[in-house]
Amino acid sequence: MEAALEPPRLEHQQPVLRAMGLQKSYGRVTALAQVSLALYPGEVLGVVGESGSGKSTLLRLLNLQEPPDGGDYRLEVPGYAGQNLFALDRYQARQVRVRHIGIVYQNPHQGLRMQHTASGNVAERLILAGERRFGWLRRAAREALQASEFPLERLDEAPLRLSGGMQQRVQLAKALALQPTLLLLDEPTTGLDVSVQALVLDTLKRLQRERGISMLIVSHDLGVIRTLADRVLVMRAGRVVEQGLTDQVLEDPQHPYTQQLVHAKL
Amino acid sequence: MTLLEVENLHKRFRIHALGREVVAFEGLSFTLRPGQFILVTGPNGAGKSSLLRCLYRSYRPSAGRALYHSAQGPLDLVRAADEDIALLRQREIGYVSQFLRPRPRVSALELVAEPLLHLGVPWEEASAKASLLLEELGLKPALWPAYPSTFSGGEQQKVNLARALVRPNRLLLLDEPTASLDAAARGALTERLARLKEAGVALLGIFHHPEEVAGLLDQTLEIPPAPPLLAPNPASVA
Repeated sequence: MEAALEPPRLEHQQPVLRAMGLQKSYGRVTALAQVSLALYPGEVLGVVGESGSGKSTLLRLLNLQEPPDGGDYRLEVPGYAGQNLFALDRYQARQVRVRHIGIVYQNPHQGLRMQHTASGNVAERLILAGERRFGWLRRAAREALQASEFPLERLDEAPLRLSGGMQQRVQLAKALALQPTLLLLDEPTTGLDVSVQALVLDTLKRLQRERGISMLIVSHDLGVIRTLADRVLVMRAGRVVEQGLTDQVLEDPQHPYTQQLVHAKL
Repeated sequence: MTLLEVENLHKRFRIHALGREVVAFEGLSFTLRPGQFILVTGPNGAGKSSLLRCLYRSYRPSAGRALYHSAQGPLDLVRAADEDIALLRQREIGYVSQFLRPRPRVSALELVAEPLLHLGVPWEEASAKASLLLEELGLKPALWPAYPSTFSGGEQQKVNLARALVRPNRLLLLDEPTASLDAAARGALTERLARLKEAGVALLGIFHHPEEVAGLLDQTLEIPPAPPLLAPNPASVA
């Protein structure tokens, strides 16, 4: 192996996310083994690996959807800074999830009510956070959809009748409506046409630049990762086998598995 | 005062599927001072590009040391944390590749302004600087709002150069930046490099036609041809 890297020496902002020693098994299957990661303000961290590598489990844990078997998870958000979020009760965990974490799923059915209107889907998130003023809800939903480059003349259409790209924009608007600290993206462009994929990626890149949102993106598409991510974690069988700057991992992969992954793609 | 002290730097690629190692370069040592321009020479495959990529950390160096005196203190580029390298790339170390990697639906002007936007410079100022540079390198203004994926090789390279030069650097790594440029753009680049050198920027570059920058060069770093043998990799064989 190449020389081991030292801890950071230069002055940095504090990470917004710090996860240490995440552990999760389902029966005898180890889904995550001692996974640790940090995410800095405005940074995009990519997670790659084949199905079964633990990527999705990692996202579910970070989205506080299910508890781990072990580990510590901190987000720099008001009221919860310095606390292990895994130790929160269900009410608090839901508060953190609704207020401070946004998520976009590969399958829009997972993130949206397909029969409701686009704006209703976004407003629902605001209502969950305690907002009740109708005019304000409508305006906030509209702004979030606009930021996601959703065509405003289609606000009242149901996601069921929208294209895949548009459905992802509704999910994105819903995720962003409360200005989250952390945006989780689970294969957000998989299954979209290449041209639509480019548009959605462009929107994500612009939002990241303009709003400085920290993002964690899971994708098996190395092109997507190269376009969006600053750093990459490579996962296999629940472990992080390699991590590094995106260009380095893709151009000079160190681990046999990463070499296989990169060379299969290029 | 030195900016960069490279000592006995090596790069080998370990190709696990073959159980072999390929040597890119071995045992390089040199120092670079602010305002100094070193030309990297050597036959094809000697590892000239690999050296630049190791210093930018697109490649992980295999052994040796590259002590870089950053604005925040000295740091070994061989072993520095990814976070630190990311910070240096944002603020101090620039890299000009041979090719632009255009992104879908991002205009030439936006691509060039982007490094400034990342530093928090407002759009008006960033785009004004980007425009000046594109003008200097001779990209037709009609192309500024267009997407570079449709540009010619030379036009793309102007965008690439402008993007790398728009932000001040302390160290600039140049990997055949003039390869696809017309004479006017090559002249503009040479002028720009002269000004950077004068301002104290350290330059390390590979040039296919070094006579273009001959007046600016302080030193030549000759990389000998890498040994062509493929050494078995004990770690993978075991």
